[in-house]
Amino acid sequence: MAEGFFSFDEAMYPLEDWIEVVVEWLVANHRSEFQAMKWPVEKILWGIDHFLNWLHPSVVILGFVIVAWRYAGVRTALFSLITLIVVGTLGMWSETMTTLSMVISAVFFCTVVGVPLGIAASQSDNFAAWIRPVLDAMQTTPAFVYLVPVVMLFSIGTVAGVIATIIFAMPPIIRLTNLGIRQVPMELIEATKAFGGTRQQTLRRVQIPLAMPTIMAGLNQTIMMSLSMVVIAALIGAGGLGVPVFQGLNSLQVGLAGVGGLSIVLMAMVLDRITQSFGKPKSK
Amino acid sequence: MEEKKDKIVVKDLYKIFGPKPERAFPLLEQGKTKEEILEETGLTIGVQNASFSVREGEIFVVMGLSGSGKSTLIRMLNRLIDPTSGQVFVDDRDVAAMSKDELVALLRKDMSMVFQSFALMPHMSVLENAAFGLELAGFPREEREKRAMESLDQVGLKAYASSYPRELSGGMQQRVGLARGLAVDPSIMLMDEAFSALDPLIRTEMQDELLKLQAEHRRTVVFISHDLDEAMRIGDRIAIMEGGRIVQVGTPEEILKEPADDYVQAFFRGVDPTNVFSAGDIVRDQQVTIIRHEGGGPRVARERLISQDRFYGYVLDANRKFIGVVSVDGLKEIIKRDGDAAAMDSAFIPEARSVHIDSTMQAIIPYLTGSPWPVPVIDGDGVYKGAISKNIFLETLYRVDPTEADEPAADAS
Ligand SMILES: Nc1ncnc2c1ncn2[C@@H]1O[C@H](COP(=O)(O)OP(=O)(O)O)[C@@H](O)[C@H]1O
Ligand SMILES: [Mg+2]
Repeated sequence: MAEGFFSFDEAMYPLEDWIEVVVEWLVANHRSEFQAMKWPVEKILWGIDHFLNWLHPSVVILGFVIVAWRYAGVRTALFSLITLIVVGTLGMWSETMTTLSMVISAVFFCTVVGVPLGIAASQSDNFAAWIRPVLDAMQTTPAFVYLVPVVMLFSIGTVAGVIATIIFAMPPIIRLTNLGIRQVPMELIEATKAFGGTRQQTLRRVQIPLAMPTIMAGLNQTIMMSLSMVVIAALIGAGGLGVPVFQGLNSLQVGLAGVGGLSIVLMAMVLDRITQSFGKPKSK
Repeated sequence: MEEKKDKIVVKDLYKIFGPKPERAFPLLEQGKTKEEILEETGLTIGVQNASFSVREGEIFVVMGLSGSGKSTLIRMLNRLIDPTSGQVFVDDRDVAAMSKDELVALLRKDMSMVFQSFALMPHMSVLENAAFGLELAGFPREEREKRAMESLDQVGLKAYASSYPRELSGGMQQRVGLARGLAVDPSIMLMDEAFSALDPLIRTEMQDELLKLQAEHRRTVVFISHDLDEAMRIGDRIAIMEGGRIVQVGTPEEILKEPADDYVQAFFRGVDPTNVFSAGDIVRDQQVTIIRHEGGGPRVARERLISQDRFYGYVLDANRKFIGVVSVDGLKEIIKRDGDAAAMDSAFIPEARSVHIDSTMQAIIPYLTGSPWPVPVIDGDGVYKGAISKNIFLETLYRVDPTEADEPAADAS
């Protein structure tokens, strides 16, 4: 047994309590602000969800096939067609549409917030150094850990689930936007400057277009992380494909969990293949 | 030479790289060398105490070995690099003291630059690249495309307007770089080793192109080069740089007749240049190179050597890394011996060794004397950079024999 300072048996300071105090203080004094943040998320989410569930499944499938065809080629288009039909025949269509709308809205906010932050990080070494540990923390904190404060601040439900997803899935797009812009060869920046290009022009006309494939890789990662988080969000009452998995887990209905799980995997494969092709030269 | 107005005047220009660069000034005053200052303070002297002027309409060549500060100097003319101290007057206005807006206005209107690496935008077509300067300056699409088309026409690339840079050869890409520089119709063109990345035939062609363009419309050109032949060919006047300092400025003839110091002399005369020049300074990429790949066997290689009238070929891998030297006879032998199964590797001349690009000429001598084939030169990554033949070596040694000092100068006119 270690003695003295190094007898790490008990906490030497109550960090646990401090976290509680901070979060409780936020809940007590700023809950209304946090609740207000839900509003835009809610609007977008319900809009997409209602729209997708209103569309006839064949229209959704057709949409996927066309996008896949355009960007990723015939094989992915065929793959999407078959996969989505399988998901439908599993009886998971409506859950899948809800999950899809959660992913789309989470990714929408990740992009709207993340791309500008990534650009800012690429322009300032200070900001990049400051945001890096924050991103590390956001990305490595286990998904479940987000759920407690999110519930306290945003209560439960699908919207709260999407908010947890936004936080969890945002880092890759920030990181890769920053990286993509920084990777643009110095000589091209020099050439732009030499012809009287301003910083804005350099960004708009040279850096962002050339960073596009990398930004798209970030988008792809953000989408995949959203999908994984959206499922976990069922724990705090979010709808979608996480629900059957969660129910199956609770009541040991392995079949139900399996069907939900299979649908998630299939959706992940479709989304991954399609979005991986964005930003790459078109294949036939 | 008739007197012309000074277009660019550089006064006491310094660039010192590193934090708190002013620390270097007292040391420079004490006469410390670049190396000593780097040792003591960690500061790198890019350019020191440069003063010279460039006359309107001339081609002013800045020459010096690698690391002598040429790129730093030319980048201070358009403030891609901010000077540590000193002044750069362009048409009597101090560029070093300009505000950002004034500088941008000057660069859009009056100065353009051509880069060694071409620096073309890979996501833009040839036409968009040529129009890039005009686009930044805010010209409407129609006008900028019309002007870009004219400048593409000047460099003979009109037909490629809708191609992309990656579809063009190196020489053609640099023509696009030139067209981009011409399209804004600047009075000053800055060219940093603009032709150094091109192989010798194309390089000469581009020099002629530049001279032709100058004949049509005289601009003030500041041209960086590390190649003596190039400097002599195109320069109206030449400045020689060493260790960040300008050691001599003059017409090619003046410099030839009265080189300012040993360094300049080593450039121009046969004063034992073997310790001044490295393999990289004299290497030529004129030999037949054979990229080793599945389809190309010894027969193809031999055909190519014969058709190019060469006896030796340099075998490279797909990344241009040097693998070995083959000869026409050696190839013939293994084809005879092994028939269709003949492998290129068995034809390698076992004694053929490569030298590093930084080896001095002195260090290469044993390789040269021992082998009838030109000695292959590689860089730190093993990439083939060309070869040095006995002829090239001797030519450098006796580049300008004092008795024939006028010969290259005549070439420059
Ligand atoms: N950004 C930089 N930071 C530090 N040192 C530099 C930088 N750019 C150039 N140098 C140094 O300045 C010197 C001159 O470099 P450069 O102007 O590129 O030479 P050249 O073009 O003649 O080969 C070299 O010693 C080089 O290492
Ligand atoms: Mg240089």
